[in-house]
Amino acid sequence: MAKIHVTTTINGEPVEFLCEPQQTMLDVLRDELRLTGSKEGCATGDCGACSVTVGDRLVCSCLMLGAEAEGQEIETIEGMADGDTLHPLQQKFLEEAALQCGICTPGVLIAAKALLAKNPDPSESEVRYWLAGNLCRCTGYDKIIRAVMDCAADMRGA
Amino acid sequence: MTVESKKYKWVGTSPVRPDGNDKVTGRAKFGADLMLPGMLTGKVLRSPHAHANIKSIDTSKAEALPGVKAVITSADVAELESEWVPAGELQLNFRDLAHNIMANGKALYDGHAVAAVAATSAAIADAALDLIKVDYEVLPHVIDVEEAMEADAPVLHADMFTDGVTPKPTKASNIFKEVDIAVGDVEAGFAKADLVVERSFKTAPVHQAYLEPHAAVASFSEDGQAELWCCTQGHFVVRAYCAKLLGMDIADLRVTASEIGGGFGGKTTVYLEPVALMLSRKAGKPVRAVMTRDEVFRASGPTSGAASWVKVGVTNDGTIVAGEAILKYQAGAFAGSPIQPGCMCAFAPYDIENVKVKGYDVVTNRSKVAAYRAPGAPISEHAVESVIDEIAKKLGMDPIELREKNAAREGTNAAYGPKFGVIGFADTLAAAKAHPHYSAPLGPNQGRGVASGFWFNIGGSSSATVNVNEDGTLALATGSPDIGGSRASMAIMAAETLGIEVTDVRPIVADTASLGYTFLTGGSRVTFATGMAVIEASKKIALELRERAAKTWDISVDAVIWEDGLAKPAGANAGDFEPLTLADLAAKANQTGGPISSAASLNAEGAGPGFGTHICDVEVDPETGAVKVLRYTAVQDCGQAIHKAYVEGQIQGGAAQGIGWALNEEYIYDEKGRLDNASFLDYRIPVASDLPMIDTVIVEVANPTHPYGVRGVGEVPIIPPMATVANAIDSAIGIRLTELPMSPPRVLAALDNGS
Ligand code: FES
Ligand code: FES
Repeated sequence: MAKIHVTTTINGEPVEFLCEPQQTMLDVLRDELRLTGSKEGCATGDCGACSVTVGDRLVCSCLMLGAEAEGQEIETIEGMADGDTLHPLQQKFLEEAALQCGICTPGVLIAAKALLAKNPDPSESEVRYWLAGNLCRCTGYDKIIRAVMDCAADMRGA
Repeated sequence: MTVESKKYKWVGTSPVRPDGNDKVTGRAKFGADLMLPGMLTGKVLRSPHAHANIKSIDTSKAEALPGVKAVITSADVAELESEWVPAGELQLNFRDLAHNIMANGKALYDGHAVAAVAATSAAIADAALDLIKVDYEVLPHVIDVEEAMEADAPVLHADMFTDGVTPKPTKASNIFKEVDIAVGDVEAGFAKADLVVERSFKTAPVHQAYLEPHAAVASFSEDGQAELWCCTQGHFVVRAYCAKLLGMDIADLRVTASEIGGGFGGKTTVYLEPVALMLSRKAGKPVRAVMTRDEVFRASGPTSGAASWVKVGVTNDGTIVAGEAILKYQAGAFAGSPIQPGCMCAFAPYDIENVKVKGYDVVTNRSKVAAYRAPGAPISEHAVESVIDEIAKKLGMDPIELREKNAAREGTNAAYGPKFGVIGFADTLAAAKAHPHYSAPLGPNQGRGVASGFWFNIGGSSSATVNVNEDGTLALATGSPDIGGSRASMAIMAAETLGIEVTDVRPIVADTASLGYTFLTGGSRVTFATGMAVIEASKKIALELRERAAKTWDISVDAVIWEDGLAKPAGANAGDFEPLTLADLAAKANQTGGPISSAASLNAEGAGPGFGTHICDVEVDPETGAVKVLRYTAVQDCGQAIHKAYVEGQIQGGAAQGIGWALNEEYIYDEKGRLDNASFLDYRIPVASDLPMIDTVIVEVANPTHPYGVRGVGEVPIIPPMATVANAIDSAIGIRLTELPMSPPRVLAALDNGS
C-alpha cells in the first residue's frame, strides 16, 4: 500500500514524513524521525511512556496514527527544554530525584506539563489522578508527586 | 529522616545524578533506542500452548518470503550439557537456558519461543512468523504448584528425579529438589509452647513489570566477532551466557549495557540476546529484537507462585520456642525457583532455638521464574510475619514488642547457619515504635499493621577504573549497569575518598571489553561491592598522586599526604612546599611519569545483612472489599546511605511493588494454561492514585566491612509489605487473609463468610 505523506509541526519545527497507513505516531517518532525520547512500554495505551501533546491535548502516541499528525502541533520530550535551559519540571525532577531508571520520565514530564497548563495549583490527589495513566515501577510515585507539586508552587510564585 | 549520621563531605548527601540530564530530555539511549545502518528486525514465534510436543517445524515458506534474511529454530541452537552455575542468589543450568531461549522438542509454557526470524521490516518479520508451520501435539498441563506435585500430574521433564531425597526416586516427577534446614528440635520446642499457631498461605506469581521491555541489538562480523547492545542488569553475565550458547570465545563478544528501564532481578538472565546474535550471525547483518509487553508477561520471568505452611510456638511471655515451615515454590518450566533463599530467610529475623524448614522446587507449565528483588524471601517471610502478627494479637502483646523480644541481634545464630555480626534489626523496630505513625489515631474500617523483613545482601566480583584527565577532573568507569542512580553513588564515593568535588567525577558504565569482570547489578551489591572497587581504585589514585608530588618536590613519598583533595608535604617537610591540587598534578603528569590512572578488581566479601520494618494503615470498604492504603512508613537499616535520595527511592519503590503484590497483582491463566492477563490493563501494577506518600526512615548501623558502612538497600523493602498490609487488614476487619493478592473479590468473600 502506498505510504501517506504527512505535513506537521513537531516541537515547533515544520516536519514532513511518509508513513504506512497503520503506523502509529509512536513508531513514526521513534523509527522514522529518530525521536526516541518517547518510549514504548506497552503499545496499548496503558503505561503513558509514549505521552506527547497534540495541540493542547495529552495523548498516548501509541494509540494515534502517524497520519493523524497532519496539520497538528505536536510536542515531545525532545522539545521540552528551551535551548540549553531545562523546563522547570525537568529541573525539579533532577533536584528531587524523581526518577530512578528514567524510562517513564519523558512521559511523566509531558503529562505533568499538560496538567500544570490546565491547573497551575493542583492538589496532591489531582496530581495522582492526572498521572494515574503514567506507570512508574521504580519510584513508588512519592518523589514524582512531590516534584510536580513543588514545581507548580515555584511556577506560581515566579 | 536519618537516625544516625557521620561527618562526611559527600556520603549521605543527594547531589543531582550525573546521568540525569539525559534522562529528563529524552536523550538517554535505552535498549530499543539504538539503530544501526542496515539493521534487520528480529521477531520470535511463541507457543500458544502451555505444554505440547513439537512434532515438526516447517520454516520453508517463511524463508522464501522476500525480505526475510534468517530463520532459526532449536536446530540452530547447540545442545549443551546439564551444568549448574551460580547466578547471584540463584543457580542457572546452561542446558535449560538453551531450551528456554528456544524450545527443544517440547513447548513448556504459553509464550515459549519456538522459532525466530530476521527481516528487513517489522511487517515482513510478522508475515514470516505467520508462515512458519509448527505441528504441535498438545499435552495435559499443570500450573498450580501443589497440583504439579501430585503423583498423577503431567510431568514436564522425563529426566527429573527429585534431588535431596534418599534413595533417589526412580519415577520422574515435577519436584526438582527438596531443601531441608533444621536447628534444634522443633518437637521439643513445640512441647514447651503455651500457644501454637499454624496457617497455610498461597501467593500468586507476580511479574517484575519493569516499564522497559527486553531489547537487544546484535551485530556479527564475518570474522566471528560480535557486538551486542542490550538492556541488562549484567552485561558481563550476558556475555558469558551468550558466548556459551553460541559456542564463542568470550573475547569475541563485546557487550554494551544500554540505559536500563527497570529490572528488579528480571533482567539478570538472557532471552532475546542470544537469539538476536544467532539471527545476526545467520543473516550477516545487525539485528534488533524487542519484546512486546505481551511477550514480557508471557515469556520473561515472573517470580514463583507458592503454597506455604507455617507453625510457630511461643510461651506466654512471648518467647518464640519453635518455628516450622513447609514451602513449595513454582520454578516455572525449568528447575531453579528461589526456594533456597526462601527457606533460609523464613525465620532469619528471629532468635529461635528450634527451627525446621522444608522446601520444594517444583516445575510447572509457565515461564521460568527470574529473580525478583530478594528472590524467595517475600514469600516465606510473608507467611511467617503473618503468623507472628496473629500470635501478638492472641497474646495481647504489641506486635513490635513481640518482635523486639525475639529479634536476632549481634551474635545470634541464624537458623540458616551463620552467626550474625553487627545488625540493625532491633534499631528498625525501635525506630518504627517511636515513629508518630505508629501511635496516630485510626477511623472506622481502618486498621494498622506492621511486619519486618530480612535479606542477606551479597558482595561478589566488581571492577572499576579511574582516569585522571589532563585538567584534573576524573573519568570513573565501572561494570555495573545503573538501574536506579548508582553512578551518582559511585561518584560520591570517589569524591569522598579523594576529597574532591563530586561534579569533578564523571562516572560511566563501561562495556565488557573496557574493564575487568563485574558481576550483575543485583543482590543489593552494587553500592557495596562495586563501591569497594571504586574506593580501592580511588585510593590507588591518591597514592599515585602522592608519588607524583614527591617527585615534583624531590622528597620521599612517605613525606607526602593526600588530604582534602591536596598533596601536602608532611612530617619533617611540613610547610616546605605549597600544596598541589589534582589539577596541578594532572597538568604536570607527563613530567612525573605519564598519565595517571588506576584500576581495581575485587571479590567483595562481608556483605551486611539488611532488615526493615514497615507500618501501614488501610481502610477496607465493606461494600466492595477494596483496600485503600492510607499511610505507609518504611524503616530500614541501610548501613550507610551514600546517595540519600536514591536510598529513599529504592525503599519507596520496593514498598510500592510489595503493595502491588499484596493487593492487585497476579498471573491469571485460562483452562488451557494460557496467560489471560498479559497486559498492563489486566495485570494492574499500582498507579499514582492507588498509593499515599511513602515515608522512609533510614537507620544507619554501619556494616564494619565496608569503608563507608554500606549494607545494600534495594531488596529488603519488598519483603515486609505483603504481611504488613495483611496484618493491617486483619486489624481493620478481624479477618486473617492468607491468600495473595488480597483483591476486592477475595476480601469481599472473606467479609461475607466472616473468615
Ligand atoms: S506505549 Fe503508549 S501507553 Fe504504553
Ligand atoms: S523511574 Fe523507572 S519506571 Fe519510573
